[in-house]
Amino acid sequence: MTLAARKQAPIYTGTRIPSPIPSVLQVDPVLREEGDILEVNFGPNHPSTHGVLRLIVELNGERVEGVEAVIGYLHTGFEKNMEQKTWWKAITYPERIDYLSFQINELAFVLAIEKLLGVEPPPKATWMRTLLCELSRIHSHLIWLGTGALELGAISLLWYCFRERDAVLDLFELVTGVRMHTRYFQAGGLAEDIPPGFFMECRKFADVFPGRVDEYEALLDRQAIWLERTKGIGLLSAEDAIALGQSGPVLRASGVDWDLRKVQPYLAYDQVDFHVPVYFNGDVYDRYKVRMDEMRESTRIVQQCLDGMPEGPWTVDDRKIVLPPRHELHTSMESLIHHFKLVTEGYRVPAGEVYVAVESARGELGCYVVSDGGSKPWRVKFRAPSFVALEATATTVAGSLVADLIAILGSLDTVMGDCDR
Amino acid sequence: MNFADVPRLTSVTEERGETTVVVETAGLREASEYLRDESGFNFLADITATDYLGWNERTVAGYWGHRGGRDINRPGSWGLAKKPEPKPKRFSVSYHLVSVVSGARRATRVRLQVWCDEGESVPSVVSVWPTADWHEREAYDLMGIEFEGHPNLKRILMDDDWQGHPLRKDYPIGGEPVRFSGAE
Repeated sequence: MTLAARKQAPIYTGTRIPSPIPSVLQVDPVLREEGDILEVNFGPNHPSTHGVLRLIVELNGERVEGVEAVIGYLHTGFEKNMEQKTWWKAITYPERIDYLSFQINELAFVLAIEKLLGVEPPPKATWMRTLLCELSRIHSHLIWLGTGALELGAISLLWYCFRERDAVLDLFELVTGVRMHTRYFQAGGLAEDIPPGFFMECRKFADVFPGRVDEYEALLDRQAIWLERTKGIGLLSAEDAIALGQSGPVLRASGVDWDLRKVQPYLAYDQVDFHVPVYFNGDVYDRYKVRMDEMRESTRIVQQCLDGMPEGPWTVDDRKIVLPPRHELHTSMESLIHHFKLVTEGYRVPAGEVYVAVESARGELGCYVVSDGGSKPWRVKFRAPSFVALEATATTVAGSLVADLIAILGSLDTVMGDCDR
Repeated sequence: MNFADVPRLTSVTEERGETTVVVETAGLREASEYLRDESGFNFLADITATDYLGWNERTVAGYWGHRGGRDINRPGSWGLAKKPEPKPKRFSVSYHLVSVVSGARRATRVRLQVWCDEGESVPSVVSVWPTADWHEREAYDLMGIEFEGHPNLKRILMDDDWQGHPLRKDYPIGGEPVRFSGAE
């Protein structure tokens, strides 16, 4: 079918969002009275709920007639904790919120601080951030693909995906010294210079990776079981997706051409060439296709970042917000004072409120920050894409089979750490 | 974009490239419907409740940055004894709205804001944007804001029988009590 023809055919007319509670699918009272409704608890410790999500599912035979998502099992109070830390210590928290696309979470908070401070990082830092965020997106999509396919029985794909994921983590380790939760971005630029040898290793990965994506796609796309279990399942129309606040791959699989990297370019996204994949059926298969295409596009961005990486400093030369170089501490009294002040009480950020949104692997990741002018944030709030994605559970699973429930839930790609914060 | 026609408008401010539209609390639903239908803000990205208890009470000393950047050679004391601007009420509830148009070249954003005190309720906007359901439950759970007309207002992140609202400024951070500390 051509693209235009697919675009015109409506997935469904009207809206399927349950009423009166948009996030809870309630069993029809007549059916509850006459039918044989069985209430089943999925989770919170179910192997295929991607963390500690509890679904209260009401089944009529194999059909899902009622569903309610219960969250909060992983709530750790990140936002409360961040209010107790100085600005630069709080940077370590966001990456633990969404532990699969950690660099992007870190970026959202750092961009918010920089917006309040009015600091412009040097170009090298901007380009390196772009590169690492795209690697992070690849990392997140690989885990999604591996676990999502595993849940539908394609076990071998998990090992392939984790092989590639390990290569990405090796790259992170090479740059930052740690594999996850890197705290490599900070207000003003990067924490350290990019080590020699990184570009070579990264290029090796970027050269080989598109071929690997093709392999994975060949493994799945020619498999009848995969197609049967993903096509036409978990439908979400564009209208419903927008009303439910869906973003990222879920929104783009429903036919909405919307990517924050294009519509409000941040970092170096307006200087690189990439394409936003859009599919129109809004089913599990299209969400899978969007993510596969995004991995290819991300690799293209990585390659362009490697080619276009500017020379120069990796962080701004402002001792009021960035630690002085280590060697200066032995010779310069001023540097020692700056170091001491920064480590003990941190820098102060002008009063104000900002909302910074970036395109994370899961969609719009927003960071709302209020400062009173002190050395600690007054309020930090993360608009977590996983939290919003789970609101669509009731709409997408309505009337589906219980076996498809897992496929649909997987296709929304939620990370419970992100959801519960 | 012009926000002068928003019903029950209190103020419109533009800061750091972000527009904040403050409306009367009672007129929130009216303003929301106007923004969705007339201005095209069909996408509610986020609802954030903020507690300003203790705001403006103590001065914040030290180095102050300004819009033009930071000058290392300025004395660090020029902002001493400065207080942030006072806020009208204790809680603010901010609604971050986006106008999502498929294939658009630019994103238009606005922050819709209402203010309320302890014990006052805010009209629910679930009927305007269904996605507000969980966002409002979160604001109720963590900040104790009552949303009038919400179909299912109960705790979402904390346990159902939890006491208090953890993100309030008067909610203690916790920790183990230590002997021999303080006046003993």
